Amino acid sequence: MAAGSEVTATYYIQHHLQNLTFGKHPENGWSLAHSSEEAMEMGFWAIHLDTMGWSIAMGALFIWLFRKAGKLATTGVPGTLQNIIEMVVEFVENTVRGAFHGKNPVIAPLALTLFVWIFLMNLLKLIPVDYVPELFARLGVGYMKMVPTTDPNATLGMALGVFLLIIYYSLKVKGVGGFAKELSLTPFNHWLLIPFNLLLEIIGLLVKPLGLGLRLFGNMFAGEVIFILIALLPFWIMWTLNVPWAIFHILVITLQAFIFTVLSVVYLNAAHEHH
Amino acid sequence: MNINMTLIGQTIAFAIFVWFCIKYVWPPISNALHERQKKIADGLDAASRASRDLELAQEQAAETLRESKQQATEILEQANKRASQMIEEAREQARAEGERLVASARSEIEQEVHRAKDELRVQVSSLALVGAERVLEASIDEKAHREMLDKLAAEL
Repeated sequence: MAAGSEVTATYYIQHHLQNLTFGKHPENGWSLAHSSEEAMEMGFWAIHLDTMGWSIAMGALFIWLFRKAGKLATTGVPGTLQNIIEMVVEFVENTVRGAFHGKNPVIAPLALTLFVWIFLMNLLKLIPVDYVPELFARLGVGYMKMVPTTDPNATLGMALGVFLLIIYYSLKVKGVGGFAKELSLTPFNHWLLIPFNLLLEIIGLLVKPLGLGLRLFGNMFAGEVIFILIALLPFWIMWTLNVPWAIFHILVITLQAFIFTVLSVVYLNAAHEHH
Repeated sequence: MNINMTLIGQTIAFAIFVWFCIKYVWPPISNALHERQKKIADGLDAASRASRDLELAQEQAAETLRESKQQATEILEQANKRASQMIEEAREQARAEGERLVASARSEIEQEVHRAKDELRVQVSSLALVGAERVLEASIDEKAHREMLDKLAAEL
């Protein structure tokens, strides 16, 4: 852990940034990857067990917590848990009301799920970088990248979900013809410019989920790398950088979850609107 | 940092969580929130209505009090007036009674005087007769002079 030679520092960082990958290796068949190279060689047919595990755990925590609050919800005087949950729900509801002008019962719960889930996943970052990997290493698991949002698969996966919803609602609200017209006749309403419009609009459409996913990933990944770098310092000086960075990240965590949520709602709102 | 099946897995997990949230998480919390909002709004409404009612009732009470006070003064005045009227009437009656008594006494006295005078007259006439009899020594025909004597007595 402590700063040793150049090699160990590099190894330390790389080790921390490697997911626990299970996949179909060309030589070893279906197995856990024992190194970054092996994981790389697996190509698409692999899955990050740590990302999936932690994200599902956080999702389950969200569902359990909010379901519990929902079951206990009374119209009378609320308890502490209900108060907190209601605050979050109300916050999301107000945000959605401000950004989404149509009527769709899916949007608000979607936004709530996104916000709380991403927030919880990001929150894992505040656990010191070595605790959990060290624990799993003791149990014989070589790799453990704990924060799902530092894995582009996770952020792009959610963005893909949002993208599919954008396509679905665009087609549902505007119809196939309407959606095609929107793609081909904006921003320049002239048949000669249809190819140009199409190119522009399709890029614009694809950039939405890509931007969503990469923004969250970029922020979280960068923060994680900094945490790992700080962890390379001698232990007695670590806190001078670690503490301010962690405090700053309380803000970043919430902000990134909020940005992802609001942008998703805004995109979905655009999908509902006729031009 | 390879893009792999995790992407798909994450999308599926996302879809399931969103579905679960839509189905089981959002409705009870949202309903409770909105119902409480409605309840609070109703409560505030009721409170303001109640305070308005209270104001109205207080006004009414004050009005009633003022009216009853006025009535009381009126009744008191009437009673006073009645009392003084009664006293006045009683005094009047008493005076009238007194006057009547005085008048009757006076008339009685007058009658008495008349009677006395009449008696006196009769006695004087008979006395005069007796006197005249004595003077004349002659018998006077009482019947013949009676008329003259009565006339004389009436003149007395």
